Amino acid sequence: MARAFSPKIVTANHLLEGDVIYQTADDRWSRHISEAELITDEAHAQLRLLDASRQANVIVGAYLADAVSGDNGPEPTHFREDFRRTGPSNYVHGKQETSTQPRA
Amino acid sequence: MYRYSEFDTAFLAERNAQFRAQVERRIDGSLTEDEFKPLRLMNGLYLQLHAYMLRVAIPYGTLNSAQMRQLALLAEKWDKGYGHFTTRQNIQYNWPKLNDVPDMLDALAEVGMHAIQTSGNTIRNVTADHFAGAAADEVADPRPYAELLRQWSTDHPEFQFMPRKFKIAITGSENDRAVIKAHDIGLQLVERDGVLGAKVIVGGGLGRTPMIGKTLNEFIAFDDLLAYLEATVSVWNQIGRRDNKYKARIKITVHEHGIDDIRARVDERYAQVRPQFKGVDMALLDEIKTHFALPTFREASVATFEGAYTNDPVFRSWVDTNIAPHKNADHAIVTISIKKHGNTPGDATAEQMRVMADLAQEFGYDELRISHEQNVILPHVHKSDLPAIHARLKEHELATANIGLISDIIACPGMDYCALATARSIPVAETIATRFDELKLEHDIGHLKIKISGCINACGHHHVGHIGILGLDRAGVENYQITLGGDGSENASIGERAGPGFSYDEIVPAIERLVFAYLDLRDNADETFLQTYRRLGLAPFKAALYPEAQADAA
Repeated sequence: MARAFSPKIVTANHLLEGDVIYQTADDRWSRHISEAELITDEAHAQLRLLDASRQANVIVGAYLADAVSGDNGPEPTHFREDFRRTGPSNYVHGKQETSTQPRA
Repeated sequence: MYRYSEFDTAFLAERNAQFRAQVERRIDGSLTEDEFKPLRLMNGLYLQLHAYMLRVAIPYGTLNSAQMRQLALLAEKWDKGYGHFTTRQNIQYNWPKLNDVPDMLDALAEVGMHAIQTSGNTIRNVTADHFAGAAADEVADPRPYAELLRQWSTDHPEFQFMPRKFKIAITGSENDRAVIKAHDIGLQLVERDGVLGAKVIVGGGLGRTPMIGKTLNEFIAFDDLLAYLEATVSVWNQIGRRDNKYKARIKITVHEHGIDDIRARVDERYAQVRPQFKGVDMALLDEIKTHFALPTFREASVATFEGAYTNDPVFRSWVDTNIAPHKNADHAIVTISIKKHGNTPGDATAEQMRVMADLAQEFGYDELRISHEQNVILPHVHKSDLPAIHARLKEHELATANIGLISDIIACPGMDYCALATARSIPVAETIATRFDELKLEHDIGHLKIKISGCINACGHHHVGHIGILGLDRAGVENYQITLGGDGSENASIGERAGPGFSYDEIVPAIERLVFAYLDLRDNADETFLQTYRRLGLAPFKAALYPEAQADAA
């Protein structure tokens, strides 16, 4: 019997900002994992990854990451993806920043 | 300090203009990421977990105040107000945006700095003893030769697409502060019959297959050294394995062929290469040496220093841990700790960088150094200025007296930033430092080097830590392996794995048990952790780390 397909999301980094982004069902790129399209079918996952890879002028390094359905949309299953959706643990930088930090 | 010639300046300007155009072509879609990636890496630009990262070379760890101020400017203008000093004497900016990077590189060029060859399969930034030029124990200042190596290796046509990266470290002292035995090539300056040359060590490295370098040649005179090094890199470039990136480094080539075979091949290649070197390199070296002439050390009384040392215990503690002997008896080498307890090892804010630049300009003959241990050094300071320097450092959280102690931890960025990491390093370092500060045991424990890597690539040098910590991903959970007895000095050794790893919550208590075991086991307060470990071996430390296993066996 084939192994059950574990649900996936398509994630990448933004070409200019480098920020972590997620592919949505309506073909946008969101900064928030909660807006990501949770893909439960393997063939569809491959297709969506291809869709992402074609957008080389917007994104870098698209890949499929494991995720599960949570109260607020998809959630990561691995701690690496948990850091990617949050930011580093030594400063409140990255997606934890509530507003853009002042830059001199 | 080396000052750029017109050639250097023109070269850098052209290179930066090329990269600016490459970035534009990437953004307008003319270049794919596959095409662009090797180009950005050649210019020090990585893509990490949350953002791009720009790695700027600080050649042989030497800076002047203007350069340090420019690093502060980059941190403030294009990053989040800080920079991270690394174990390869580089500085990394964790948050640049792609279209800002060409401006950052132009700003660096204004002060003769660049990010060239801080990545990719090239000869990387040449690192050196951070006390070079000031250390009381050195044969000669290794930096002129390091600068010659920088010029030789930059854009060297034969060495741009090698099997893998190649790292060279150089020291002028028998006491090795540059970890030369853990580099692809390590050079130790040696004088023989009045002629200056180097002992050449090859095939050291950490990473997934740690190796201590082997002696390729006991002495090569400066006259012949560049040709000899070119021959060595050339031999590896030809026979180094390109089929498997994990077997590509020269340490594997040396291991597979044996040092004698490699030496014979180098000698053969050297015979071909030597005639091509017609002495231009030596003329250049002589010219470079003039840039590194020692400052004229001022003469003054050291009475104020002695008074402060006697009367101020906080100052005395700082002097005892952070000051090293200088060539000139009235001067001292100051190591500024950027490892305040609980902070990220190696991170300095723009403001702190400016403070250190000001101190260098006012008191330090305008010189600064970055150490591979992620601290900043004022190499030449008259002792009478130490109280004033200490007072200024205190105002900016830079006066932590912990050099060489348990909280002076090397830690790689780990999974807080790095795309290759398998676990976090920084919070482990922060928690260990905070814990031992609370226990007030740090000075009692004495000399102890903890080094933490967040993956097997070992940027945090864990293999040569007296206590090494390696963060791994075990079945989707962070897990930390401990190695003991590593040493990055002239008596280099690779640490021994202590046993099964510990979870994120267990690792700091495990380190605490280990250190308390050492305090019980040591012969006397002067016996260091490493000495105790070498005397007693793994067993008693293992017993402290795994008390349950002991109970089960009983």
